[in-house]
Amino acid sequence: MKKTKTRINGNNMLLLITIVLFVVMYIGGCIVYADKGFARLQTFFNILINNAGLICIASGMTCVMLTGGIDISVGSLVAMDCMILAAGIEQWGWSSPALMLFILLVGVVFGFVQGFCIAYLDIQPFIVTMAGMFFARGMTAVISTQQISIVSDKLFTTLAGFQLKMPFGGTLNRKGIMQFPYLRVTVIVALVVVVLVFLMLRYTRFGRSIYAIGGNQQSATLMGLDVKKTKLKVYMLASFLTSIGGICYCLNTMAGTTQQALGLEMNAISSAVIGGTLLTGGVGNVFGSLVGVLINGTISTLVQTNGKLISSWSNIITAILLCFFIVLQSIFARIKDSKK
Amino acid sequence: MSSIKKLTQKRLFLPVFSMILVMLINVIYDAATGNAALSFFTVSIRNGVLYGRLVDILNRGTEAAILAIGMTLVVSSSAGTDISVGSVMSLYGGMCCMLLAGFGNVNVSSYAVPLIVGIGAGLLTACACGLFNGFLVAYMNIQPMVATLILWSAGRAIGLLLCNSQIVYVRVPSFQKIGGYVGFIPTPIIVAAACILVAALVLRLTALGTYIQSVGINKRASRIAGFNSAKIILLCYVICGLCAGLAGMVATSRIYSADTNNIGLNMELDAILAVALGGNSLGGGKFNLAGSIIGAYTIQAIDTTLLSLGVSTAQSPVFKAVIVILIVVIQSEPMKDFFKKMSKKKAAVKGAA
Repeated sequence: MKKTKTRINGNNMLLLITIVLFVVMYIGGCIVYADKGFARLQTFFNILINNAGLICIASGMTCVMLTGGIDISVGSLVAMDCMILAAGIEQWGWSSPALMLFILLVGVVFGFVQGFCIAYLDIQPFIVTMAGMFFARGMTAVISTQQISIVSDKLFTTLAGFQLKMPFGGTLNRKGIMQFPYLRVTVIVALVVVVLVFLMLRYTRFGRSIYAIGGNQQSATLMGLDVKKTKLKVYMLASFLTSIGGICYCLNTMAGTTQQALGLEMNAISSAVIGGTLLTGGVGNVFGSLVGVLINGTISTLVQTNGKLISSWSNIITAILLCFFIVLQSIFARIKDSKK
Repeated sequence: MSSIKKLTQKRLFLPVFSMILVMLINVIYDAATGNAALSFFTVSIRNGVLYGRLVDILNRGTEAAILAIGMTLVVSSSAGTDISVGSVMSLYGGMCCMLLAGFGNVNVSSYAVPLIVGIGAGLLTACACGLFNGFLVAYMNIQPMVATLILWSAGRAIGLLLCNSQIVYVRVPSFQKIGGYVGFIPTPIIVAAACILVAALVLRLTALGTYIQSVGINKRASRIAGFNSAKIILLCYVICGLCAGLAGMVATSRIYSADTNNIGLNMELDAILAVALGGNSLGGGKFNLAGSIIGAYTIQAIDTTLLSLGVSTAQSPVFKAVIVILIVVIQSEPMKDFFKKMSKKKAAVKGAA
């Protein structure tokens, strides 16, 4: 206990504020909308289920942001993944495991090209990933401009429909039958991804290099770290995780369209920022991003539960929160500077 | 050889070169399909208005060109991009049409308030957005992309809120004028020309342009030299907001409605692309306004060309992406070093022979 107390500084403080905010928001929701079933465990699980893909993507985004970069191609990449899955199953007649492997491969190659341009050719991440975003969105339309729903692959539909029942927390429905809350496969995948990325960032050589590069690139170079290679790997990792997220996303929507996952990249970025990751790099935590995603999810669920508010309110509230956290970060950074 | 080298080193080389390339592709395509080879350049008057692909490009490229003016200044002064311009365009539409139609009405054929009030309020809102962004960037020292991310998300949402999540139609002829025609010339072309003229005059006749570049090159040094760096950055963002408002004005009036979900969608990317295509470094510092504007029209020309080649609007981003990557890769430092080495090697071989 003592150890944690001494370690609370500006950056941990941000994470703490985020967690407190989430808890307050959720409990507030439970009290205000108690009659609408907000307090049920399933509501919380639904937030996880709806955002499973986003959790994977935000994990990758956090890694990229830790190096001081950014990847805005993720939303389009997800759309492309979904389209490949949908078109692959319905039109090319591929089996879904082969397609999933293919998508992961596409993600790695996509990340390699972006990472190469950023790390070895010294081009700004924003520009490179913007091009990546155009490319992926355009490729989605090249594959097909129609909306394709996935219906014929048995494995895929079972995966999507599979419910992992919990043995506790059940509620009686109107007919008096006990309904237990359930999770889906995607949630398990997302949580495993978060834990793995967390362990990687904390305990592996690669993870520590990411923090070092984000803290100060020149120092990292002088220390003998291969900055370029690490950056390349980070972008590959991000696109790989985005592809996993894309599969999770597709398991939720079960369709491929060109308009899918519009603006998802900004959701991922805002989740990471709310979770305490600095955009200048070097500071942040995957668990923070997870909480960030949950806050985003809770806001939209609250707006939906209210029923009377227009859906754009959730965007506005997220933006206000984002503004609050960004200003807070800047104040903390200023305090840090003045201490030096 | 040396004259070619001199040419490629000119600042306007890249945008002008890509513009000529696009035109060439058009000419070749026209010739190949059996049309008159120069049909791309022909301008005629049909139904009393100017008609032709060139006119179309100038007309449709108005929004991107106006945005490019503001974006160039922002990039130059703060070494970052303003990604909220598309949302601010949409917010302008929401504000202006909400006032003109009265809140809650979706289809009106007379103004609730005078036209000038609606446009004025919309432009003021856009300026306020710029002020907000500028304050965060200049005084709170927040990265430009992050600071503008807030309005990127909120701007469109507030616009939707103002319109009650509906498309508000203002079916009054005088409202459609800005997106329509004056005599036989499309009004957007005139608006764009006016904006470019004003910007060029202000930058030429006052020292503002020099100040902005100096702040962009070294913020601290300019501060010591006696400029109020923060104020200059703030001003750039306000100008960018105003430009977004003006672009929104054209876009809204073109469709005489506030389609808040779609006005200015992805326009920020076009604007940034225009700045990059114009030969400006996205790292701030020196800027080249003419390059950005030619860049903006080049992008529109690419879009129009792709459309006439039969590529659907949904697929055209692939080509845009390839073009962007090619441009930035050629401009990148490691590639420049590589080219230098190559030319040195060639010179050495020649010397040995």
